[in-house]
Amino acid sequence: MKKILKYVIVDIVQNRIVIIYTLLLLIISLSVFNLESNSAKGLLSLLNIILIIVPLICIIFSTIYIYNSSEFIELLVSQPLKRRTIWASIFSGLAISLSLAFFIGAGIPLLLYNADATGFMMIAMGLFLTVVFVSIAMLAAGLTRDKAKGIGLSILLWLFFSLIFDALVLFLLFQFQDYPLERLMVFFSFFNPIDLSRIQILLHMDISALMGYTGAVFREFFGNSMGIMLSFAGLTIWIFMPLLFSLKKFKAKDL
Amino acid sequence: MNEEGNACFPAKKQIGMNIKHPFAIVNIAFLLLLLTILSADAKTITVGKSRSVKTIQKGIDMANTGDTVLVYPGIYKERNILLQKSIVLKGINHPVLDGENKYEILSVKTKNATIDGFRLQHSGRSEMRDMGALNIYDSYRVTAINNILDDTNFGFYIQNSRSCTIKDNSITAYGKNEVQSGNGINAWRSDSLLIIGNTIKGHRDGLYFEFVTNSLVWRNISTRNVRYGIHFMFSHHDTYIGNVFEDNDSGVAVMYTNHIYMYNNHFLNNWGDAAYGILLKDITDSDISGNHFTKNTVAIHMEGCSRINLYKNAFYDNGWAVKIQASCDNNDFTRNNFTGNTFDIGTNGSLVLNTFNGNYWDKYEGYDLNRDRTGDVAYHPVSMYSMIIDSNPAALVLFRSLIVSLLDESEKILPGVTPEELRDTRPLMKRLLL
Repeated sequence: MKKILKYVIVDIVQNRIVIIYTLLLLIISLSVFNLESNSAKGLLSLLNIILIIVPLICIIFSTIYIYNSSEFIELLVSQPLKRRTIWASIFSGLAISLSLAFFIGAGIPLLLYNADATGFMMIAMGLFLTVVFVSIAMLAAGLTRDKAKGIGLSILLWLFFSLIFDALVLFLLFQFQDYPLERLMVFFSFFNPIDLSRIQILLHMDISALMGYTGAVFREFFGNSMGIMLSFAGLTIWIFMPLLFSLKKFKAKDL
Repeated sequence: MNEEGNACFPAKKQIGMNIKHPFAIVNIAFLLLLLTILSADAKTITVGKSRSVKTIQKGIDMANTGDTVLVYPGIYKERNILLQKSIVLKGINHPVLDGENKYEILSVKTKNATIDGFRLQHSGRSEMRDMGALNIYDSYRVTAINNILDDTNFGFYIQNSRSCTIKDNSITAYGKNEVQSGNGINAWRSDSLLIIGNTIKGHRDGLYFEFVTNSLVWRNISTRNVRYGIHFMFSHHDTYIGNVFEDNDSGVAVMYTNHIYMYNNHFLNNWGDAAYGILLKDITDSDISGNHFTKNTVAIHMEGCSRINLYKNAFYDNGWAVKIQASCDNNDFTRNNFTGNTFDIGTNGSLVLNTFNGNYWDKYEGYDLNRDRTGDVAYHPVSMYSMIIDSNPAALVLFRSLIVSLLDESEKILPGVTPEELRDTRPLMKRLLL
């Protein structure tokens, strides 16, 4: 497994797109901190990057990478290796190298310009989202053999988590306006890794606005260490659920 | 008091040096003569545990108009002391008047009296009536300065009085809830009060005014109170300058009053579901300027207010800088700084009868082509999402998500939900120095 992992990481780190992704993140992060008058505004721009760009790049890059290395995977399968090992190494290779890219691109500027609880939470959530969306990409790529279909599916999944899910939640909120939905909202947020990360970061940023009645419910749940542990656990489940599901598919797959 | 005492010594030295001149000697002799005449008229009665007069009440009973009752350090448990004479009651090194958690400590019903330098502690608490540590009833020109009130129910209780001064007192209570605790300075039906330089902590309301007119509240610090930093109603023509209201459970709430003048006050760190930097309810014809609102859930909440001029205030790092209900009219916001607030303005309707011109907004994204330092396109300070949250608080969970940003942006281009009239047509490009 170590050898495959090493090979995958070296292959991805040398990949031009990953280098561009790293540099892009680095340039954006440095410029938002240098150009904005106050660091709060810079953090806000970076929040959007972490919640939108990072999942998008991760899911699409990983899907394409898996399809492009289908011949390599076939080769590996022909060797006396467990399919489980192969799949896990590819996942780990993708996750580690993209996390590295995120850490260099956004993590280091964050540590330089905003090394407080908010900054650390943003780095943690960025890393989590990177790994979660690699895992979802594995699922999308595992579900279908057709490359175009697979990439289409991963874009759709990204769109679902970053936009459609929230739109549905907003719709629900307005349909059931007369009912107390706060606790239900907390429950719903576990169904979307992006929402989960966003709420965690927000609790560190817009505390005053979130201190209203509703905010109090969220704060009570997510703000204490128990809530932070729970949302970390939720994100971990989001890493392993799609991965295990895709592994099951991959094991039974006729290559 | 100690500072005054120390200041006397150099003065004496100077007189000593002046004695070289013969004229000075004559002057001093004349002065001494004058002093003896005066002191013959106004005598000083000393009260102390080791002196002939042992209780303060007895000292007061012996005194005549213009006398001074000087109280030496010690603990005096005299139940309720009644002061009904025009005298100066002065404590040396803060003698302790203890109410034993049962009694109203000092009651004043007089004119031209001074209470200076006492420590009043453990006042009584009653369900039937409001018991204060120092009570001023039906009085005129009573001055309370430099006292320390500790563990009191109500601190100062002023009722039906005029031209009284409450200055440089420190008032501390350890209230746990609204029902069990009293107010720091409680004034009712009074006029021309001067409330200056007091430090108030841990009461229900730091300052509470009802029917108090033409008064000045200056340089007080009201913090960590169980309810409001200051709470008043029907208190017209009052002025509030340079006070600090910090960390109060519900911030500050003022109601049903006209002609209030608030300058250079600080409203800080009032966080909570029903906490306001300042809540203005039915306030009219007033002036609010130079105040700093920092880190409040809602910096200013206005309801039914008319003709208030708000200018040169700084709103920094608040959840909502201003929440203005549609029931307000003819209020004018100008030359204020809005920086780092999550939402600048929140409102609950589409009717806008107030003006918001010439402020600085850090969220403004316009341009200034003609270089007149004001933006060329109007700024709409109400974001659509703040209105959604106002009507549906649970929607806060989606705050700063992609869908909400998209909705907000499209709302900016084509306003549908937010009041189109609520805008700043001359937004400043640079932050004002306030």
